[in-house]
Amino acid sequence: MSSSMATVSYIGATILFILSLGGLAHPETARRGNLFGMIGMGIAVIATVFGPQVSAGGLPWIIIALLIGAGVGLYAAKKVQMTQMPELVALMHSLVGLAACLVGYASYVDTSTVFPTAAEKTIHEVEIYIGIFIGAVTFSGSLIAFGKLSGKIGGKPLLLPARHMLNLVGLVLVILLGNWFLNTHSTGVGVALLLLMTVIALAFGVHMVMAIGGADMPVVVSMLNSYSGWAAAATGFMLSNDLLIVVGALVGSSGAILSYIMCRAMNRNFISVIAGGFGSGGGTPAAASGAEPEGEVQPISAVDTAELLRDAKSVVIVPGYGMAVAQAQHVVCEIVNVLRQKGVTIRFAIHPVAGRMPGHMNVLLAEAKVPYDIVLEMDEINEDFPDTDVAIVIGANDIVNPAAQEDPGSPIAGMPVLEVWKARTSIVMKRSMASGYAGVDNPLFYKDNNRMLFGDARKMLDEVLGALNA
Amino acid sequence: MLIGVPRETAAGEKRVATVPEVVQKLAKLGFQVAVESGAGEAANFADDTYRAAGAEIVPDAAQLWGRADIVFKVRPPSLEEVGLLREGATLIGFVWPAQNPELMQALQDKRATVLAIDCLPRQLSRAQKMDALTSMAGISGYRAVIEAANAFGRFFNGQITAAGKIPPAKVFIAGVGVAGLAAIGTAANLGAIVRANDTRAEVADQVVSLGGTFVKVDYEEEGSGGGGYAKVMSEGFLAAQREMYAREVQDADIVITTALIPGKPAPKLITADMVKTMKPGSVIVDLAGEQGGNCELTVPGEAVVRHGVTIVGYTDLVSRLAKQSSTLYSNNLLRLAEELCKAKDGNAVINFEDDAIRGLTVIKEGELTWPAPPPKLPAAATKPKTDAAPIAAPKGHGHGSSEPMSVKSLAIVFGVGALLFLLVGLYAPASFLAHFTVFVLACFVGYMVVWNVTPSLHTPLMSVTNAISSIIAIGALVQVAPPLAESASDRPDGLILFLAFFALALTAVNMFGGFAVTRRMLAMFRK
Repeated sequence: MSSSMATVSYIGATILFILSLGGLAHPETARRGNLFGMIGMGIAVIATVFGPQVSAGGLPWIIIALLIGAGVGLYAAKKVQMTQMPELVALMHSLVGLAACLVGYASYVDTSTVFPTAAEKTIHEVEIYIGIFIGAVTFSGSLIAFGKLSGKIGGKPLLLPARHMLNLVGLVLVILLGNWFLNTHSTGVGVALLLLMTVIALAFGVHMVMAIGGADMPVVVSMLNSYSGWAAAATGFMLSNDLLIVVGALVGSSGAILSYIMCRAMNRNFISVIAGGFGSGGGTPAAASGAEPEGEVQPISAVDTAELLRDAKSVVIVPGYGMAVAQAQHVVCEIVNVLRQKGVTIRFAIHPVAGRMPGHMNVLLAEAKVPYDIVLEMDEINEDFPDTDVAIVIGANDIVNPAAQEDPGSPIAGMPVLEVWKARTSIVMKRSMASGYAGVDNPLFYKDNNRMLFGDARKMLDEVLGALNA
Repeated sequence: MLIGVPRETAAGEKRVATVPEVVQKLAKLGFQVAVESGAGEAANFADDTYRAAGAEIVPDAAQLWGRADIVFKVRPPSLEEVGLLREGATLIGFVWPAQNPELMQALQDKRATVLAIDCLPRQLSRAQKMDALTSMAGISGYRAVIEAANAFGRFFNGQITAAGKIPPAKVFIAGVGVAGLAAIGTAANLGAIVRANDTRAEVADQVVSLGGTFVKVDYEEEGSGGGGYAKVMSEGFLAAQREMYAREVQDADIVITTALIPGKPAPKLITADMVKTMKPGSVIVDLAGEQGGNCELTVPGEAVVRHGVTIVGYTDLVSRLAKQSSTLYSNNLLRLAEELCKAKDGNAVINFEDDAIRGLTVIKEGELTWPAPPPKLPAAATKPKTDAAPIAAPKGHGHGSSEPMSVKSLAIVFGVGALLFLLVGLYAPASFLAHFTVFVLACFVGYMVVWNVTPSLHTPLMSVTNAISSIIAIGALVQVAPPLAESASDRPDGLILFLAFFALALTAVNMFGGFAVTRRMLAMFRK
């Protein structure tokens, strides 16, 4: 295949990737979007393998590598449970980060590239340096995110003293090393410097994600998604490959927008999320000592819950991370089916940051075969709560906290929340009275029209379903 | 042309064909309006109000009928009234041509043009604004619940008070036409538990939407007779239906029947035996009284008590809400007048090309034109399309269309951008700039495309972008075994091959796994 053919194929692949992202605008077109992505990737790989930059000798290696990767990847995709999606996505980001690092190193030690001018050589080295840096941060950050999401590392943020100082020192160090790296002529010294920088970058990634609380995980996951894109773009610059640049930029900007959307859903500043320390519980003691909610918590039994549901005309279910943890989405779906047959209008209200990943709840509900047209966004359903008979909150806390609107001193003040307390009755399913990730007490629990259904979400919902069918 | 509105002469009829508000609107169409003195009195519209609206008040019926070019009526005219009608004039109102052959003959003899509002082709969506049957049926459904509540000795809604627990009333509604639907809505709003049945299965959703429960007959047969009416059902179905009715009626506190089959006596749905099983104090409101009633014990026009059950057979429910029904009816006639007088010059034109007008016109200048040929339009309405629920309107994605950035922050962003571009332009060589252009443009494309992604698909978006980011495989591929020039012999081939191979395997995991898992997720999204 000639060089022009390869370039033309790249253009085709680029278009397919753009269409692929565009297709996700709606569930009906999303499947086709994914298919476009696959075709685009296929074209890109084939055009490269048979293009002018790969000689026939490399073919066996390429095939073996692809086969190994494909086997592992397909197996993981098949085995993963939908509740584990965030972990899987985080883990995959780390792979991209690591790959970007490796390609960067390989590019540096490759002496066959000839540069006509010194400026171009410098730029090439800057690109390598930045590419490896982003790759390493993505790699270690994603690994930590994976650990946190899968529960292998505690969700509480780890806050080192003077952490901002540490980050700053790290950054200055990276820049100084970079300057040295550009001025050295020995490849050996260069590699050593690169390795040193990589270690700092890895530590930087670990530190950054460790400092972020569980509630901010959706932002982190989408941010890492963005980083993996920038890493690919940096690699593209390094290798003078437009396809890599374009696709990396697409992925990078998409992740950035998602992070921004998530931040806005929490009424938080992007910088403050990255700087970390939000989910710290005692992190904001001054505010937490403000209004202590008054009144008593009124528990309710599963049987009474079923009774309320049966008599209701309109029910809204607000799922949260607790539903995912308890794997309760299938029971929820059965309850929905039973109630729908009885003529109850039933809908789901999804807060943008419910769960640990953007759109997490939607995926779980889709897995349980809940029709997507009864799954509504916060903006669509918030004004319907006053006309709702029963609002059930399953394992969510901060996203239904009225303090966000009522208590200006609250750490989550101003965060848009689902106004479940406006429903005639709200039922909160919870294991205990522990506070949410934000460590903020929830006045909702003490409201007159609120009932608490304590226990494991799956077990309690099973009981509700049993009572409904009785 | 002069529109005449006579006083209704039928016993107990309190409605009037035109209300003062509509008089003004008819005047705007270029018509003059004359109203018989006292025509609106029973519906609480005084002569003075008509006068203030621009109508001429005519003292007696003979003068009015004699002068009017077009007569607006509610009930079919009596033969005496037809005698007063001017030769060649136009009559608009309820006529029921099938039931009133003598009247039809008399009108033909007068060489009149007659538009029977009851003959409107109701299935034309364009005709709905003129559909007086619907507007009147809605009123009777509402009134039926009010009459039932009046005769019923308890609250409709369940309450728990200091004085004890009150169970909600159970209402069963037979026949879910317009009247039935109105009754369901009214009863449900009063707090009753409402159950309803109809032979047409497609109305089940409408019942549910108004807060009722649809009760099915355990028998397979499609009961839609076309044109929105029910048809006569088979014997096997009827047996199953009787069984279901016996069950429902026994359980209900209030039964409202609205079952009518056009041109046939009303089906006897509620037998005397069923009435006996009802609790004392229960109420049956029979809206089909005029056609003989759906209940065997109904006395048309009266409320009677049989076996402790009050059976209301009033035939004038609409008239009992005269002001409301007159207003709605005269609005229907106004819409019709607008259709007839498109030029707004006060002249009514009967256009037979218009399906709605063609259907309405039962006599044209003395010629019998009834029954009209079926309108061409509604081909097979047997299978009502279940309209897809409105897919989340574009607003749903609305994150993108937020309030525009403030001028200050926009200026800062632009300033920083300009500075960066300046630096790049000063120091970067041309080959870098080409890539840089591509990069910046791609960022913008990504920005534009991703804003359109619906929030429910954010997880698939992430996993697909993750899969796409394995494009980095290209980087590894070109390093595995590039065609080398002889001079580059000091290239550490082994090391690079090892690094590239490892990178390629990692990205392949991502590539295949990412797309596969996205596919799996997307397959789950369904309506």
